Amino acid sequence: MNRSSDYDVVIIGAGMAGLAAGIRLAHFGRRVCIFERHNASGGLNGFYSLDGRKYDVGLHAVTNFVRPEVKGTPLGKLLRQLRIDRSEFALCEQLRSAVRFGGEAGAELLFSNDPALLESTVAAQFPREIDGFRGLVGRVRQHDDVALDSGFRSARSVVREFIRDPLLEDMLFCPVMYYGSATPEDMDFSQFVIMFKALFLEGFARPRDGVRVILRVLLEKYRQAGGERRMKCGVRRIIVRDGRAVGVELDSGEEITAAHVLSSIGSEETSRLISPAPKLESAEPPRSPRHPRLSFAETITILEHQPAELGWGDDTIIFFNDGPRFDYRRPSVPVDVRSGVICLPNNFNYGGDRLPEGVLRVTCLADPSFWIGRPDAEYQTSKRAWYAAMQTSALRFLPPLPGGLEVETRETDMFTPWTIQRYTGHVEGAIYGAPEKVRDGRTALANVYLCGTDQGFLGIIGAMLSGISMANYHILARNG
Amino acid sequence: MTQDEVKKVVLDIIADIAPDEDLSQLKSDVRLRDQMQLDSMDFLDIVMELRKRHGIEVPEADYLKLATLDSCGEYLAPKFAALSSKS
Repeated sequence: MNRSSDYDVVIIGAGMAGLAAGIRLAHFGRRVCIFERHNASGGLNGFYSLDGRKYDVGLHAVTNFVRPEVKGTPLGKLLRQLRIDRSEFALCEQLRSAVRFGGEAGAELLFSNDPALLESTVAAQFPREIDGFRGLVGRVRQHDDVALDSGFRSARSVVREFIRDPLLEDMLFCPVMYYGSATPEDMDFSQFVIMFKALFLEGFARPRDGVRVILRVLLEKYRQAGGERRMKCGVRRIIVRDGRAVGVELDSGEEITAAHVLSSIGSEETSRLISPAPKLESAEPPRSPRHPRLSFAETITILEHQPAELGWGDDTIIFFNDGPRFDYRRPSVPVDVRSGVICLPNNFNYGGDRLPEGVLRVTCLADPSFWIGRPDAEYQTSKRAWYAAMQTSALRFLPPLPGGLEVETRETDMFTPWTIQRYTGHVEGAIYGAPEKVRDGRTALANVYLCGTDQGFLGIIGAMLSGISMANYHILARNG
Repeated sequence: MTQDEVKKVVLDIIADIAPDEDLSQLKSDVRLRDQMQLDSMDFLDIVMELRKRHGIEVPEADYLKLATLDSCGEYLAPKFAALSSKS
């Protein structure tokens, strides 16, 4: 195959953001190539094979699901911009999800793709808060969450204008934070709005065969549009001359020239590639105290039976916490098992079809400094110990298994912050990226732009919209 | 190309950009934005598809002239004419 060494646009990373940007640029005639260091595409939303099974890396559920008749939401925008027919994603809706807080003041919220379910459980469990909750929903609906230039505003403080009970406040923040907050304890209100809509006002869905269905569609669109892709081909340097990027140097030493570089690998990760580093006009003081990056551990258990056969009911995703207050921050222990997310991928409506095996996924906050760089023997021992601790904790929030989980276990796997860093290159396995977002995607160089997690649109739909909007804003709209 | 043919070109583009919209009831003298869910991203796409498919350039200052199907016809027909006289 003839490979060019000159492109209009070089994209770093073949994840959802990079692929979506690539589709847009190639569709409108740009000569574009995506360089990916890994041998598989998908990035933080990829999949892997182990013993004949395919496992999704990041995907619990596609958020932002709305039915075809609902217009003007992120899913519809995304499909239009990428010229994808919604049937191609083959999305199947969740059955129902829950937020369960244990302890003496335990409470449960239920939600589904019909926002009325959440409203009715708030009304039942927190009757004095229902007017405030409705006010909050109204505030969320009228907020312009796609403005690229809005500053930080505390979501906690806005939510407290409407919700007085700290238990309800934490129960609403728990799913929103787990599914997309790069900052501990609090988050930017715009991010909160994006996630609140994505989870509670829109909803969850999933292709029966998981994230690879979505990747296959993106890869095929990109290929048809004329985009090129080079796998196992990392970028080790962004070459700078006279204050502009002139191209990239690959791991092999090969040089590629390009008019624009669009990087999905993260803000700091991109800065590290820029060489020689640009001189900053003035040493800028950090805007806010820097937070540590957040990362997670996830376990996957293949079960002997389907969850329904185990009496686990209709729950698709369960956000759990064992006390009245919810701590979302980097833990001081390897894994914080007090709270987490349970995902039962079987519990989507696959229309009479079902997954071949029962699957239980559990996700908890983890401390990257414990996991990254640990000697192998110790790493494996720790993984086994924390796998067990995560199951013990999560199973408290499911109906009990008479024989215990062990007899139901066919296979297990687990990934940690180290796994994420190793395969995606995201520093400290930060799946939601750095705490500081760069909404307009600008970097120190005028023709290098960010897309993906550090630009700030999160989740699978957010990642694709990030690639689309950065390609539009910086390249297509500007250069005609 | 007549104004009606130009409108058909624009409708074809909209049908590809927004296949989920019903275009059969569109009124040609009412703003497209008021009859369909079309945001600024979609308008940018109409402009870019005009360039890609027909080589027609619409500078940003003229985007407002694409507001209705009628105004599209009036504004774009001379551009199509200029293009075909060149070739």
